[in-house]
Amino acid sequence: MSESDKKKHNRRDFIITASTAAGAVGVGAAAWPLIDQMNPDASVKALASTEVDVSAIEPGQSITVLWRGKPVFIKRRTEEEINSARSVDLKDLKHPERDEDRAKNPEWLVMLGVCTHLGCVPLTNKGDYNAWFCPCHGSHYDTSGRIRKGPAPTNLEVPKYVFVNSKTIKIG
Amino acid sequence: MSDHDYQPSSKLGKWFNDRLPLLTLSNHLREYPTPKNLNYWWTFGGILTFCLITQIVTGVILGMHYIAHSDLAFESVEHIMRDVNYGWLIRYVHANGASMFFLAVYIHIFRALYYGSYKSPREVIWIIGMIIYFLMMATAFMGYVLPWGQMSFWGATVITNLFSAIPFIGESITNWLWGGYSVGNPTLTRFFSLHYLLPFLILGLVILHIWALHVPGNNNPIGIEIKKPSKDTVPFHPYIVIKDLFALLLFLIVFAFFVFYAPNILGHADNYIEANPLVTPAHIVPEWYLLPFYAILRSVPDKLFGVIAMFASIFVLVILPWLDTSKVRSAIFRPIYKQFYWFLIADVIILGYMGAMPAEGTYLLIARIATVYYFVHFLIILPFLGFKEKTLEVPLSIVEPVLGGSPKQTSTKNNSNLRENL
Repeated sequence: MSESDKKKHNRRDFIITASTAAGAVGVGAAAWPLIDQMNPDASVKALASTEVDVSAIEPGQSITVLWRGKPVFIKRRTEEEINSARSVDLKDLKHPERDEDRAKNPEWLVMLGVCTHLGCVPLTNKGDYNAWFCPCHGSHYDTSGRIRKGPAPTNLEVPKYVFVNSKTIKIG
Repeated sequence: MSDHDYQPSSKLGKWFNDRLPLLTLSNHLREYPTPKNLNYWWTFGGILTFCLITQIVTGVILGMHYIAHSDLAFESVEHIMRDVNYGWLIRYVHANGASMFFLAVYIHIFRALYYGSYKSPREVIWIIGMIIYFLMMATAFMGYVLPWGQMSFWGATVITNLFSAIPFIGESITNWLWGGYSVGNPTLTRFFSLHYLLPFLILGLVILHIWALHVPGNNNPIGIEIKKPSKDTVPFHPYIVIKDLFALLLFLIVFAFFVFYAPNILGHADNYIEANPLVTPAHIVPEWYLLPFYAILRSVPDKLFGVIAMFASIFVLVILPWLDTSKVRSAIFRPIYKQFYWFLIADVIILGYMGAMPAEGTYLLIARIATVYYFVHFLIILPFLGFKEKTLEVPLSIVEPVLGGSPKQTSTKNNSNLRENL
């Protein structure tokens, strides 16, 4: 190969690499809307918060409301349940979280009713801790909704919520 | 093969065939030399083609009456069952057809495992087959969601949550799959769209599967390479066509039994309750054909590793041609493999049963042992067996043990025995 041939070859290589790269970016940019259309849309996002009247819940009772298509447990805990949740040693927990951090107002526990294993709805007042038990694959949660036994990797998730007034909770 | 010599007899045929050689193709399919010793386990390829076409035809019809919306889907299925002319029949054929499809595909796969059909030079046929099998599972799963009953909804929730096990991006992926923060209407509509699409991809892969098959030709019960065409082969038409049709007829009796006498026995009563995101049924089980994988998923106590084990159980099948090191294909000549083969069948059936039982106590223990054995079979036993096993002597051709003419004592002796018996 002569000197000039080599040069020509290099220039052509550059053009091929550059056009392939530009093409790849173009295909990627064109593909993105096709992929992103599957993400939660504006109408789904618009339903991001729910207000719940909790004045009728007696201590020991729990209600389930729907937020973003998911069940949310709102439990008004008894003294006994609060004590049992707060007396646990953090070392015994698979996913260590203090009950004080999970329930700012100790009487009220608000969390997603979605098992962190594969998304079933746990049953209330069931299982080894007489709190929540997921019937699908046998995860036991305690009175703070923390995972104690079974395949679930983490505690039941506490969503963002605020007490709008003493009667109403706003989730989301 | 004499494909290239083929000439249509009519002038018009020749004119057309020169422009698009469809007649050459049809001649190839008719004359295709097939081993003459194929047994009835080889008829399931044809049966599976029938199943796919049945699912597509009934599915397209159901799509004319079904409404993919979370408020209307459940009612529209009941409308199909009660109001649409023969709607009950078409839906029952489609629903039970899925089960029959899997029944046939499992027999087809286990036939390949017994006779070593996945081995060189048929690896690509096998891998395409595994992709088809995987797409079938995805299609069946999404189809099960469409009636929007309780099992539809919670099955969809559990299976899509498998992806949340992926570290860091798991939650974004599940939200992307759902089109929301839980399984809902956007999930239903996209599942409908994909459930409609995937069977046509499967159809395309089936064509590739058959194409790849027609390059080396069929494997056969004694698993030897044969000359084609020769004394060892018969033309596909009419010999195999008639045999396949007869087997299909027997298969249709089983199919019809389920459709007409037990149309709901393979389903789950909970799916006749409309989806309710607030209540999980007490016991969620997938359809029977997914149970062994479900058992593997549940037998691992860790979420991420459970999901990995489940997908790995399918992936080991894909790489099977390289895990099985034995040069001899058919289990007929592999006395030890033959035993492990039946152990594997028992293991898969046990896994299936455990998948249907609650994941606790003894059930869980058995499921764990069966899961370990499943992987031991493919990853340890098969690679070692190829080196250790003393295989039996393999005949040189299909006709040899029948017609004699072989120097081997055993086959001639059998032959004379046969004559005495006659």
